[in-house]
Amino acid sequence: MITKRIIPCLDMTEGKVVKGIQFVNFRDAGDPVTLAKKYDKQGADELVFLDITATTENRNILLDVVRRTAKNVSIPFSVGGGIRSVEDMRLVLENGADKVAVNTGAFNNPRLIADCSNYFGRQCVILSLDVRQVKKGQWNVFVNGGKTDTGVSAVEWAKKAVSLGAGEILLTSIDTDGMKKGFDVELTKTISKNVNVPIIASGGAGKIEDFYEIFKKGKADAALAASLFHFGELTINQVKNYLKNRNIPVRLI
Amino acid sequence: MIVIIDYGLGNLGSVKNTLDRLGVDSMISKSKKDIEKAEGLILPGVGSARQGMENLKNRKLDKILVNEIKKGKLFLGICLGMQLLFSESEEGNSKCLNVIEGTVKEFSSEVKVPQIGWNMVEQKTESELFKNIPKNSSFYFVNSFYCLPNDKSLIFGNTEYGVNFCSILIKDNIIATQFHPEKSGQVGLQLIKNWIKLI
Repeated sequence: MITKRIIPCLDMTEGKVVKGIQFVNFRDAGDPVTLAKKYDKQGADELVFLDITATTENRNILLDVVRRTAKNVSIPFSVGGGIRSVEDMRLVLENGADKVAVNTGAFNNPRLIADCSNYFGRQCVILSLDVRQVKKGQWNVFVNGGKTDTGVSAVEWAKKAVSLGAGEILLTSIDTDGMKKGFDVELTKTISKNVNVPIIASGGAGKIEDFYEIFKKGKADAALAASLFHFGELTINQVKNYLKNRNIPVRLI
Repeated sequence: MIVIIDYGLGNLGSVKNTLDRLGVDSMISKSKKDIEKAEGLILPGVGSARQGMENLKNRKLDKILVNEIKKGKLFLGICLGMQLLFSESEEGNSKCLNVIEGTVKEFSSEVKVPQIGWNMVEQKTESELFKNIPKNSSFYFVNSFYCLPNDKSLIFGNTEYGVNFCSILIKDNIIATQFHPEKSGQVGLQLIKNWIKLI
């Protein structure tokens, strides 16, 4: 049976891991490669690096982090932030990433998903989807680091992106991000029902029960968390043992 | 020397990094000379079967690989590198290397496709390849297609994903895994270490 994945997320700027609340108010969480090695040892199933400022200068620092991570960890990792072209994607993959997350670049130019998917295979194209609830049961896609409401329904964009070739969705609720009051279960369940690719739920993990909830009720395939792990409030093993005791399949090491 | 076959597809770098970490002498190459001289060959792979076969043929690697396998050289096929060994694949209706008789089929839409994540490998028999690897360990999979060998006795391990499929097979000098040992943490490293010892 396939196991549910626990994924620490490393939001990065200028080569450092930071963590914010609702995409602002960032605090420093340390060196990315050191954290990556620690999480690999702790039994993380995957890692996600997001370059949250994505300037040209940061791009080279990011690629260096990708290279060093690839040499030091033996689990898969994904990279996102500022991916605008097949060439951007190629650089990240060539430096050792396994998957690439596209967000604003793909929203503005949906062909990017098709091109990347045709070239590298859909298994390495993740649609990174940042959303906010606009009214009950309806979520819109936000781009530019969560700053711009596109007015487009998250469900519709998710379906379109999958039909274009996205192999996985990293679904972040801006409403719950960094609030530590639990994942957005309704949102995750809704997207998961509407597309046939794995969903990584993100935003809001604050306590161990939240992980159970997002798998059991939210139908997520993977759950992503940042501050909980970075600031040592929970270890990955604690989360996995808790899930295992409640019959959620997980990989224990 | 282990040669990781460069056919312009797949995560060659990940496999190389893994061998480097294990202190194993290896190179990424597409040269006939290197491949013939190698003590062991690895055909990694992510991407589509059609593209994979096209790239192998364009580089004239298809015949070289089949020859080396027939000569008995130790061979490890990973993911697409496993699927390409089969007679044919449903993916783009591609004729493959036909080293192993059988077909490659797509998962049904009752499960999420691609399969992405850690899944259990149920080992059928004992082998040095699984030395120091706990029974029923999970390995990392990324696949939309799976292999169906005609000769079921080749199946060394099975995995459940909507269907019970062959996730690892052994045929003489050939070992092929649907999962990615190079991305499967400690158990994956151990498996590659064990494979190297078979040389």
